Amino acid sequence: MTPQTLFALNAERAARRPAIVVTDIASGDQRLVKAADIARDPLHDVLDAQLRSGKSGTVEAGGKKLFLNVHAPAARLVMVGAVHISQALAPVARMLDYDVTVVDPRTAFASPERFPDVPLIAEWPDVALPPLDIDPYTAFVALTHDPKIDDPALTHALSRGCFYIGALGSRKTHAKRVERLRAAGIPEAQIASIHAPIGLDIGAVSPAEIAVAIMGQITAALRLRKVEAKAA
Amino acid sequence: MLNTDQDILKAAEDWHKAGRGVALATVVETWGSAPRPAGSSLVINDEGSFLGSVSGGCVEGAVVTEALDVITSGEPKLLEFGVADETAWQVGLSCGGTIRVFVEKLGEAAAGKGAAGHKGVAS
Repeated sequence: MTPQTLFALNAERAARRPAIVVTDIASGDQRLVKAADIARDPLHDVLDAQLRSGKSGTVEAGGKKLFLNVHAPAARLVMVGAVHISQALAPVARMLDYDVTVVDPRTAFASPERFPDVPLIAEWPDVALPPLDIDPYTAFVALTHDPKIDDPALTHALSRGCFYIGALGSRKTHAKRVERLRAAGIPEAQIASIHAPIGLDIGAVSPAEIAVAIMGQITAALRLRKVEAKAA
Repeated sequence: MLNTDQDILKAAEDWHKAGRGVALATVVETWGSAPRPAGSSLVINDEGSFLGSVSGGCVEGAVVTEALDVITSGEPKLLEFGVADETAWQVGLSCGGTIRVFVEKLGEAAAGKGAAGHKGVAS
């Protein structure tokens, strides 16, 4: 790999834009294809399929054996609610290599003392979320239990194609939430995509156990489903 | 965090900018139960420092040795590890899988220099 290719690849990754490195194993020939350039690439069908799969692999094309190394953006986790569960969820998510951001307009909750080293945004969702550019490589959880905060946050996340959306609350709480979102005109299929009650059913009780249940469910969403790649 | 490919590739960039010789080793094919999927990578510098992984730790030592040769020669290599070859007892994958690892130098393109086939590491 040439230094220029590596620098260009790292720049794409830093900007959260997918890219594929195509290597001819026999000759060592190599090139970087940015997501935005796939459509006009001679191998666009093959590259597009590989990017959608989110996995790297070897393909035969034009009589050559090519290794396609897919560099999808690192997964992110955006939490709305700087609550006790979030304090447990942030370190677990970071251990799984997620970039973590916590949003809560209540400054008593979103304090650096409660979340050391975690990026905190003490703003309402309508201010905090749009600049985060939530994308298909983002998981989103609403954890405040307060409809004034959770509902607008969920509405925004549902419009951004997140690979996972979860909301804290009992079945009863969620049924009321579904009614409110329906009344607000959110499409039924989008409402049905919300994971609630949140997390895998492992009988979790403590905040740390609930964090594990949530990250288990997010991992399943990331690894068992195809993440639709958004061309930059 | 240093277990993401993102930071591994950034480390490769930093090493290069600091004037170090650097090689990239990438899993390009897997069969059976391989411990790390295609695309997993290891970056190695000319001091023998490395970051990342191409297996569960079973063959990294051998890959690092080969990578130091690649940094010196500039010629890419395609390595194969698995239970099918006799060297499996030395550096094979205990899980029974087979992997191919492409090792290349970070540097200007060496046109026409193909990856020399290289089965296992009989050292």
